[in-house]
Amino acid sequence: MKSSGSAPGYTLNHPRWYRTRVSTYWWLKQWVYLKFVLRELTSVFVAFFVVTTLLQLRALSHGPQAYENFQKWLQNPFVIALNVVSFLFVVYHSVTWLSLAPRAMAVRIRGKRVPDLLITGTNYAAWLVISAVVAWFLLGG
Amino acid sequence: MSEKITLEVARYSPERDAAPHLETFEVPFRKDWVVLDALNYIKDKTDGSLTYRWSCRMGICGSCGMMVNGEPKLTCATFLADYAPAPVRVEPLRNFPVVRDLVIAMTDFMHKLKEMKPWLIRKEEKPLSEGEYLQTPEQLDTFKQFSMCINCMLCYAACPVYGLDPLFAGPAAIALAQRYNLDSRDQGAKDRFPILSQHEGIWGCTFVGECTQVCPKHVDPAGAIQQYKLTAALDWFKSVLLPWGGK
Amino acid sequence: MADQKSELRLEPLLWMLFSAGGVVAAFLIPVHLFLWGLAFPLGWLKAPGYLSTMALLAHPLVRIYLFVLCSAPLFHAAHRFRYTLYDGLQIKHLNEVINFSCYGGAVLGTALAGYLLWTIP
Repeated sequence: MKSSGSAPGYTLNHPRWYRTRVSTYWWLKQWVYLKFVLRELTSVFVAFFVVTTLLQLRALSHGPQAYENFQKWLQNPFVIALNVVSFLFVVYHSVTWLSLAPRAMAVRIRGKRVPDLLITGTNYAAWLVISAVVAWFLLGG
Repeated sequence: MSEKITLEVARYSPERDAAPHLETFEVPFRKDWVVLDALNYIKDKTDGSLTYRWSCRMGICGSCGMMVNGEPKLTCATFLADYAPAPVRVEPLRNFPVVRDLVIAMTDFMHKLKEMKPWLIRKEEKPLSEGEYLQTPEQLDTFKQFSMCINCMLCYAACPVYGLDPLFAGPAAIALAQRYNLDSRDQGAKDRFPILSQHEGIWGCTFVGECTQVCPKHVDPAGAIQQYKLTAALDWFKSVLLPWGGK
Repeated sequence: MADQKSELRLEPLLWMLFSAGGVVAAFLIPVHLFLWGLAFPLGWLKAPGYLSTMALLAHPLVRIYLFVLCSAPLFHAAHRFRYTLYDGLQIKHLNEVINFSCYGGAVLGTALAGYLLWTIP
């Protein structure tokens, strides 16, 4: 058997070693992997939100009638259903993002590592406050 | 109490078999037995040809990593009692080529560890007369967690990115690189940067996070990788915005 | 490959965009989507009319806010979706096409957002 060293990081090919081929459906085989893929798919719904926002801006630029039509379009049951699903996915993004973010930044105060839970809790609090402020603006406060 | 528990163990003999298959064994069930005890019983009393790695049997050598019911575990730290009375399926560590039975080829892993230059790199060595490199407990704290790795490769078995792309450096290797990058005595972060900043380095990682979940020593390799991404990104900004800044 | 090298130079920037977009998306999108997509259309809360919305848009800060709200999450989504295609479908050989489509889409969306927010009266 040839010893390591020459191959650039590639697993040496040995005819008798058995290699399992990774299935295309690897992400269905375990719940954690499925949760991961769902988390990644939130990106689709994030993009969908931006697209609808762009459509809304376009409607606004075309005048009050276009805006009315856009509001009516939003009331279409299919669109509502899509938005319900989008909302769930987008919230899932927020929840996973806010709890994973502290891992990327090892926050240290005076040499002691701040516990992850504290950072996550602060994130959630900020999320609540920011959402309230936005809502206040949009509800005519 | 002559309770028994069934073990379904993957067998593969490269001379005889085209692919691994499961073989069933009946093993006495003792409350304090771990999967490794069961494997040792099989080898001792039932089938001496069963091949597997183990050493310290106390969770520090990192030799006995295998898939137990589809999850990467140290067999010396996995109790049969947690699975009884259902059968326990023992398979070789995922994402590695199988050499025989439960033994996998770790050449790739060893190669990747070496690539990370896992030693203190100094621009200039201090002469012996100046004494040792001093380090405060706070400085030790910044990298200590990443130094606890026992090279058991459970994180590689858990990482889907490594499974899909064997060129990926992987959790343990990157955590090891971070262990040295963050060490106050080390000055070699720039030397490690080229190997880490490839697509097969940190950028291949999509923060699945399973590596951290399965790590028996709580090294948190996922955290190490994300922290290095942030460092690399900030360094990138500094190099772009302040190209003349001498480093 | 020349493409791979230039991409690697960009990778830290793309990751920063992904992170920034992720933060914007995490904090802001749920409330926006809840109000505009569910609460207002379903009548749970009173939707601002055309005039109130235009009044809000009169502030340049609101326009900048909306630009960030549209642009950053697009780059976040582009980056994440690119990796999902790369890993989930194992179609590495289509790498250049995927990258171009994903980030190109984000750039396009950003340009559209900029254009719309600039030209709304």
